[in-house]
Amino acid sequence: MAREERSIKLKIDNVKKVFNSRNGEMIALNGINLDIMENEFICVVGPSGCGKSTLLNIIAGLSEPTSGKIYCDGHEVTGTGTERGVVFQQYALFPWLTVKKNVEFGLKLKGIKGAKASEIAMKYIEMVGLQDFANHYPKELSGGMKQRVAIARAYAVNPSVLLMDEPFGALDAQTRTQLQQELLETWQKEQKTCFFITHDVDEAIILAQKVIIMSARPGRIKEIVDINIPYPRNQETKMSPEFLELKNYIWGQVYQEYLEVRK
Amino acid sequence: MKTNTTAKLKKTGNRNSTKISSKIWVLISLSAAMLVWWLLSINPQTSRSFPNAVVVFKSMKTMIDRGVFFTDIGSSLISVGAGFAIGFAIALPVAILMAWYRPVRNIIEPWIQFIRNIPPLAYVPLIVISAGVGRKPQIIVITIATFLTMAITIYQGVVNIDETLIKAARVLGAKDKDIFLKVIAPATLPFIITAIRLGASVALTTLIAAESTGATGGVGMRIRALNNSFDSAPMLLYIIVIGVIGITLEKLIKMAERRLTGWQEKREV
Ligand SMILES: Nc1ncnc2c1ncn2[C@@H]1O[C@H](COP(=O)(O)OP(=O)(O)O)[C@@H](O)[C@H]1O
Ligand SMILES: [Mg+2]
Repeated sequence: MAREERSIKLKIDNVKKVFNSRNGEMIALNGINLDIMENEFICVVGPSGCGKSTLLNIIAGLSEPTSGKIYCDGHEVTGTGTERGVVFQQYALFPWLTVKKNVEFGLKLKGIKGAKASEIAMKYIEMVGLQDFANHYPKELSGGMKQRVAIARAYAVNPSVLLMDEPFGALDAQTRTQLQQELLETWQKEQKTCFFITHDVDEAIILAQKVIIMSARPGRIKEIVDINIPYPRNQETKMSPEFLELKNYIWGQVYQEYLEVRK
Repeated sequence: MKTNTTAKLKKTGNRNSTKISSKIWVLISLSAAMLVWWLLSINPQTSRSFPNAVVVFKSMKTMIDRGVFFTDIGSSLISVGAGFAIGFAIALPVAILMAWYRPVRNIIEPWIQFIRNIPPLAYVPLIVISAGVGRKPQIIVITIATFLTMAITIYQGVVNIDETLIKAARVLGAKDKDIFLKVIAPATLPFIITAIRLGASVALTTLIAAESTGATGGVGMRIRALNNSFDSAPMLLYIIVIGVIGITLEKLIKMAERRLTGWQEKREV
């Protein structure tokens, strides 16, 4: 059987989002159109408040667009679905559950229980290198470890899309670099479509195949930059001329938007 | 160099103080209390209110011989237990409704805040007028007082649930029922236990008011009765009994708390 052409995984079709705030309507997103291909790694950058999280929440089905539609595998998104996993910046681990129970949470909701759930959970806990902490509570873990658990928890229900909202934003530089590397390795092993929000341009370029630059007020897609640096990428990639060139360019674009917001 | 030594000294100092186990501290605290009590009992200014420990302890025998000591305690525990249980059974759903439905909150919360600041003793007569004397009004008074405290505490817990936990559960496939049972319930548990602790304490502090409803027995009723004859030794005994019951309940609840909510990030003292 011949390999199929990569298909469109996520289709963002003319999405608009308006919030009703005290001082009237606020257009958070307007005219967002984007096709994300299967197994593509997309990073979204833009000044804070430009609607990145709003867009992610709409794709996740946690929030409804005011107009426009989201399609996942050709089906209209009307709510959350386990084919779309989410990793939040604040980890959002259930503090009353151990690492293992956190990772099993989604499995149990799927009806996978007992030894089978345990086996799958341990596989992903090992994937993020936390097998020694399976029975620890989140309060006993560092920020980086917590985010690893959150990633394992998202992976365990085997989503085909991974939505990540500044997942490494609260971590120190070293841990962040390490997690970026791990995320890339897993993405190459277990292909998934990744939609990754960050405010860190370096992070966007090291991870993504495409960087979406958003502009603010209202949130729009300003530009899509292809990152044609081959994988595997690592810390040395950050020294390469192509990387630096892209960085300069994207950073300039984002900075311009940042200045717009300040006005 | 110097800071180094101070740091070291401080460290050993700390270590020494942690070496004295908490049990020994309890003993020290208790001995100090006995000393203060003894001083109060020999000071002519206060000796009439504070008979010494031996006299007070002897009064226990008198009260047991009169056949009231254990029945008083039993009666009070029944009122406290029943009032507290009913108060909790009402507080839990009311708190959840308040947290979920704005109209419920907007209507009920001001009532609770208003009544909470009124000393129960003030409305006891009103309750007696309708409910008569005996066990019923006692339970009603304690129910009201514990309900008010627990409803507010649990409500705060439900309202302050981290929204992202609910989102995280939803994207993992949780339906409303799962959200309630697997996220909201455990997330609220620490507040429920705090509510239970505060409720137990309020139940006891309301005891005197509750038993001023023409009760025929009970620790609170007995203290008021003894007051008429200025019989300070058994009065002090009964006061200590209330304190002992209170601290025992608190310890039991704290133990349950440690077992059930040890996962908490920050632990309030
Ligand atoms: N629930 C909401 N109600 C009202 N305004 C909101 C809400 N969520 C986000 N906003 C507003 O929408 C804009 C975009 O927010 P957000 O998507 O969080 O931005 P970003 O993630 O890019 O920093 C901001 O101005 C924010 O204040
Ligand atoms: Mg955001």
